[in-house]
Amino acid sequence: MTDATAPAPVEPVSEKVETPFRRFLSEFTESKLATGALLVLGVIIVLALIAPLITPQNPYDLAQVDVLDGRLPPGSEAYAGYTMWLGSDGAGRDLYSAILYGLRISLSVGVTSGLIALAIGMAIGLIAAYVGGRIENIIMRIVDLQLSFPAALVALMLVAILGKGIDKIILALVVAQWAYYARTVRGTALVERRKEYVEAAQCLGLSNARIVFRHILPNCLAPLIVVGTVQTAHAISLEATLSFLGVGLPQTEPSLGVLIANGFEYMLSGRYWISVFPGLALLLTVVSINLVGDQLRDVLNPRLKK
Amino acid sequence: MTATLEVQGLKTHFFTRAGVVKAVDGVDFSISRGEVMGLVGESGSGKSITGFSILGLIDPPGRIIEGSIKFNGAEIANSTETALQKLRGNRIAMIFQDPMMTLNPVLRIDTQMIEAILAHEQVDKRAAWERSRDALGQVGIPSPEERLRAYPHQLSGGMRQRVAIAIAFLNRPDLIIADEPTTALDVTIQAQIIFEAQQLTRQTGTAMIWITHDLAVVAGLADHISVMYAGRIVEQGTTDDVIDRPLHPYTVGLLGSVPTANSRGQKLHQIEGMTPNMLALPKGCAFGPRCSRSSPACMDQPLVADVAGRRVRCFHPHLDAEVR
Repeated sequence: MTDATAPAPVEPVSEKVETPFRRFLSEFTESKLATGALLVLGVIIVLALIAPLITPQNPYDLAQVDVLDGRLPPGSEAYAGYTMWLGSDGAGRDLYSAILYGLRISLSVGVTSGLIALAIGMAIGLIAAYVGGRIENIIMRIVDLQLSFPAALVALMLVAILGKGIDKIILALVVAQWAYYARTVRGTALVERRKEYVEAAQCLGLSNARIVFRHILPNCLAPLIVVGTVQTAHAISLEATLSFLGVGLPQTEPSLGVLIANGFEYMLSGRYWISVFPGLALLLTVVSINLVGDQLRDVLNPRLKK
Repeated sequence: MTATLEVQGLKTHFFTRAGVVKAVDGVDFSISRGEVMGLVGESGSGKSITGFSILGLIDPPGRIIEGSIKFNGAEIANSTETALQKLRGNRIAMIFQDPMMTLNPVLRIDTQMIEAILAHEQVDKRAAWERSRDALGQVGIPSPEERLRAYPHQLSGGMRQRVAIAIAFLNRPDLIIADEPTTALDVTIQAQIIFEAQQLTRQTGTAMIWITHDLAVVAGLADHISVMYAGRIVEQGTTDDVIDRPLHPYTVGLLGSVPTANSRGQKLHQIEGMTPNMLALPKGCAFGPRCSRSSPACMDQPLVADVAGRRVRCFHPHLDAEVR
């Protein structure tokens, strides 16, 4: 029975279908450092989310803040009776509470601006790659122009024009970052566009929008995720920089950058904790995001596969 | 009865910086319902470009500069993108060479199949899913429900090509253009795929253009064979005629270079020289410089002549019996 009619032998399909996600997960956890960083990041995010439940004080509520508690060293007891494990800042805010609330602002600003910039940059990059021709040239020259300035400079100029406030900071960060996403997506999409499955999709009579967003985009996600992670860390530190320079968030919405700036004037008088603890929190956040991003790059880039 | 596809004087040229590449330069053929036409030629002879011209998928700098493509009697050469989009995958489907490349690696088989149906028809997802399952069953895929849930990388090459064929037949097209669909597969799988394709064309009455460089593949499959060389069809006739009594020296050369049981131990025939540079085709007959029968007359372009029930572009066809 070697007739051509004989059905092809059945290949065993394992019970657990190996989805790309599962494969990705097992490869990601190969690095202990990155897994640790992911855990740390997870803890930081959870702490930031449940901050009101686990902090003794709401640093935004002026009724709870006592100026007499100002500049207390770590471990002191507050007037209200709780212990300030990380000390207090110049205005009498409990630093532990202030850091967790600050993390909320820093993370949400970073993630929001990152997501908006990603959506905008992704759409623009995909269109540039798929349409090509003059439109692509114009878009990519704008991207080049923007990337020739340091992101901090672009953001600084914008905030100087727009003024303070969380929405303005996000806008400035989006403008400073969309070009990175656009360039990344366009690069990958150009490669994907030449692949045969796109031609096959065209031969199926699918619409252009469908081909771009359903077929090309999912194949461009890997580098996009990596850039997104690293850029989010970048956005967080950029926001801290702007706030530190006094052009970012106002005193009433203290992000980590504002807290660091607040303590800066006390550094020389030996009251290190006001700047150092928020600084450490920022460092830990940014480093763990970057470590996760590095591992993502290693796992998602087929060229780096062993 | 109108032919499913009638191509007349098709010319697709590419206007590159180095010059004009006449990839397809005056191709005529017609194909009726349920017929299989083998389009045979070497790499770069314009077979695939002919296929893409029919679908209107020629990217700049290339374009169809002349000729007519009549599909079910209606002219579709240079018609609008929206009109072509309605035909593609619906009335005219395509099967590609490399099944590793033509399925989207990040989408499951069911997603890709259902999408192909929904692009042309208003049916509910469930019905589309059932049709996809039946289509997989028809091309000889065991346990199609499970395969539908798989990603392309979980299937073997032959399996993927079956999926590609199933997708091509999904919307019951009138014409399928198969661009070297078995070239990337090993010989046993090749035979199975050809068998499935042949069976499906018989069942559905779909016309098929089977593009290949391998005469042996089309010998058992096609009703007609068109042999292409340097953008032109040099010989066209029924499969038996072309295989048994080739007229054009190029067809003779191609057939002579196929190893057979009788040629064991002998040196295989070889066509002298290389395929011509498409930017600088030789004057007159493009095959002239490689042809053993060429004469000064071949410095002019030979016209298509009806010889012994076939259409041949040659001044010196092998009419005598001393073939091979």
